[in-house]
Amino acid sequence: MSTQTQTLTKKEALFEYLTRLADDRLILGHRLSEWCGHGPILEEDIALANIALDYIGHAASLYEYAVEIEDEGRNRDDLVYFRNDVEYKNLKMVELPKGDFGFTIARQFLFSAYSYFLYEKLAESHDDQFSGMARKHLKEVKYHLRHSREWVFRLGDGTEESHRRTQTAFDELWTYIGEFFYTDEADELLQNEGLAADTNSFHSEWKNLVTDVLEKATLEVPDWDQYMAEGGRKGLHTEYLGHLLAEMQHLRRSYPDAKWE
Amino acid sequence: MPKALTKYNKDDIWNLLSEITDPEIPVLTIVELGIARSVEKEDDKFVIRITPTYSGCPAMDAIEKEIHKKLRLNGIQNYELKKDFSETWTTDWMPDEAKQKLQEYGIAPPGKTEEGDNFLSSLKENPKKVPCPYCGSKNTKLQSEFGSTACKAQYYCQDCNEPFEHFKCI
Repeated sequence: MSTQTQTLTKKEALFEYLTRLADDRLILGHRLSEWCGHGPILEEDIALANIALDYIGHAASLYEYAVEIEDEGRNRDDLVYFRNDVEYKNLKMVELPKGDFGFTIARQFLFSAYSYFLYEKLAESHDDQFSGMARKHLKEVKYHLRHSREWVFRLGDGTEESHRRTQTAFDELWTYIGEFFYTDEADELLQNEGLAADTNSFHSEWKNLVTDVLEKATLEVPDWDQYMAEGGRKGLHTEYLGHLLAEMQHLRRSYPDAKWE
Repeated sequence: MPKALTKYNKDDIWNLLSEITDPEIPVLTIVELGIARSVEKEDDKFVIRITPTYSGCPAMDAIEKEIHKKLRLNGIQNYELKKDFSETWTTDWMPDEAKQKLQEYGIAPPGKTEEGDNFLSSLKENPKKVPCPYCGSKNTKLQSEFGSTACKAQYYCQDCNEPFEHFKCI
């Protein structure tokens, strides 16, 4: 494991960076897929399943590129099914249980707004294959942002009940937003090479967008300076990730050599 | 009998690819959709480049299998299928005839993408009106930007009362 290594090579840093991005999308995609068949209305059931599929697609291409960079004969499924929770480097926010629809929408909005700015930067990466992927993902993320933003308005400025639930969701999620802007050695090394995005460069734009939407939705913006949780990027997770992985990996680990055809 | 291997050229491969239709939108071929990008001869093999439409589109796996099947049935083995992300797939690659086919099939075709738009300010505008593929009315309503496949949105025509799908413009 490469957690907290003293000096990373560029190759190790890129593998780490791609895996982090992929882990965020795989885990959130898995969480969203739990809505399939349980959406509040048919259109939303379909929308959340579509978005889940997009995330899993993003994760798949990022994992594929990560194992290509690593060049040790692993494939994307090895990363997905045969790593334990401490080897997963996703943000803590994405592993939290799906909660109610208000919670899911609040998380979708915060994450989509973040992903939008992140991919805008990654689309300019000096690595052509990576920037090509980012340009593609960005098109889809725009749909995700439009979707969740509309729902924040409807729920925040909806009924007393929907307002209360959505406000609670943002309050609960707030401690996890700090991790969006976590930076360590791997990030810095790749930023210097023009490969990764400097998340601080869009921190204030992201804050403005979030503030603007929450205020229009008649929601209170929680305290930006409150305590922020971290650890996900180092493999330190909430208890929820282990349960999610147990469910997701169980079949594959029980029959490691099984093939579809 | 299939032609001898050496007789095949790039155009033959391309023609074979243009016989493969999309499993979810069977009126369009993978060439019309812009999924098949190019065929090049490199040394003793053909390199076929394809690009996915949407990242998570489950039809991509089916399409790759169809390509392998088509080529092998025609006795072609010296090829490599490469997924290419260098160009970003866009509905602008779809020729007018393909858009016409979609329309006749009952799916409102994509318009032209507008590059250079400021996305964040466009969020505040109302979505563009999509004409109903059945009656042509512009009095339609967006039901959801997500539909039965990743590439389609759901609309409703308020004149002929028909629900319909729109191939999203990206």
